[in-house]
Amino acid sequence: MTNWKDIEEGAIIKHDMEKSPRTGDWRYMKPQVDKKTCIGCGLCFDHCPEACIDYDDERKADIDFDVCKGCGVCATVCPQKAIKMQKN
Amino acid sequence: MSSNKKKLALTGGAAVAEALKQINPDVMPVYPITPQTPIIETFAKMVADGEADTEMIQVESEHSAMSAAVGASAAGARAMTASSSQGILLMAEVLPIASGMRLPILMLVSARAISAPINIHGDHQDVMFVRDSGWIQIFSENSQEVYDNTLIALKLAEIVRLPAMIIMDGFQTSHSVENLEILEDSVAKKFVGEYNPKNYLLNFENPKTFGPVSLPNSYFEFKRQQIEAMDGVIAKLVEVNGNYGEISGRQYDLFEAYKLDDAEKVIVVAGSTAGTAKMAVDELREQGEKVGLLKIKLFRPFPYKQIADALKNAKQIAVLDRTVSFGSVAPLYSEIANSTGRKDLQSYVYGLGGREIFKEGIKKAFQDNWENKEVKYIGLK
Repeated sequence: MTNWKDIEEGAIIKHDMEKSPRTGDWRYMKPQVDKKTCIGCGLCFDHCPEACIDYDDERKADIDFDVCKGCGVCATVCPQKAIKMQKN
Repeated sequence: MSSNKKKLALTGGAAVAEALKQINPDVMPVYPITPQTPIIETFAKMVADGEADTEMIQVESEHSAMSAAVGASAAGARAMTASSSQGILLMAEVLPIASGMRLPILMLVSARAISAPINIHGDHQDVMFVRDSGWIQIFSENSQEVYDNTLIALKLAEIVRLPAMIIMDGFQTSHSVENLEILEDSVAKKFVGEYNPKNYLLNFENPKTFGPVSLPNSYFEFKRQQIEAMDGVIAKLVEVNGNYGEISGRQYDLFEAYKLDDAEKVIVVAGSTAGTAKMAVDELREQGEKVGLLKIKLFRPFPYKQIADALKNAKQIAVLDRTVSFGSVAPLYSEIANSTGRKDLQSYVYGLGGREIFKEGIKKAFQDNWENKEVKYIGLK
């Protein structure tokens, strides 16, 4: 590990996707998006604590499963019930 | 020289508001508590009158005030707040976060006693309580010093990237009207300059993560680096004091040595009591007593070497603490003991809960026998 003189000041670190842990490994339940039911309202996008939901080309919810921890907040807030939590 | 100064009669609180008006911070989350409220009220009126365009946020508690200041500062804004006593204690869990994240937040403190029992008057318990939080702490004797220290501390904090507390005595200084000179607006603004944060959240070209978790394999190194930063403050303060001396005509040092050169009996004290003590020293000197005073200004980081050097010729030293550390020796006494390495210091505790300390009480203290070593109290019934 880095010595104290070279370590990042104030623990302010450069975000590096290569070095970030793949927290998708932590998942127990996996959110499945029903793209036909999704209306692209953006509630899941706003609420995801990992900020790992994006829009695909049709403005439907698109989840990054490398990072998604399976917390289920997206499924809870979806007004259309388009997201269902399933065993990983 | 006189063209860039303005002479006013202001309370400590109002004096600080003048400094804030000149600094014009970006964000000031505030929550009132006696005796700091006049600071934020005076400044809020200035903002309402368009004399400053600070975003003042009225938050729901002091914890929120410091949290909002951390958020604003991390985003890249100049953030400040003010508090006292239980308010500082309520913010206490956020203070080391500001320091650990190296955010140059300024907090104006009107130092006040801690409960229980409830007491709204001045002493140093609140700032002493948080002396380990990693904040720079600078004491002020009067309205002039509070005004000057606010500008100096802001510049210092932004150079070293550590938060700073500017301390005035609650009521004694915050509410007492004194004469002071303030700088011309343009001179003050030029001195503090623009804030150019090294790291900030709103940097989209170079995004960074703030406030991550650090496991046992890295935390120690982060703290060691923070220690280094705090240790580097002393040299930087000397520089900034020099710069300020040039534009103001008031050259400050890390502490004030008053008639110390040939003094045999010296007292060490911080805050407004130093003003009263100087009068006591003067009167005793007229009677031929070789007495002197060391007034503490920079308390964190503590300038051990410089103070040891200033006190080297003193035959006897007494330290006056306006606070108490239950179950232990008083904080300033402890620092002076560490600084001088002497085991023969006399500890005094005085002024708790705003208990007045008069010139006569200090003169009597000088005449006490300082060889007993038991803690003595000034003004206790």
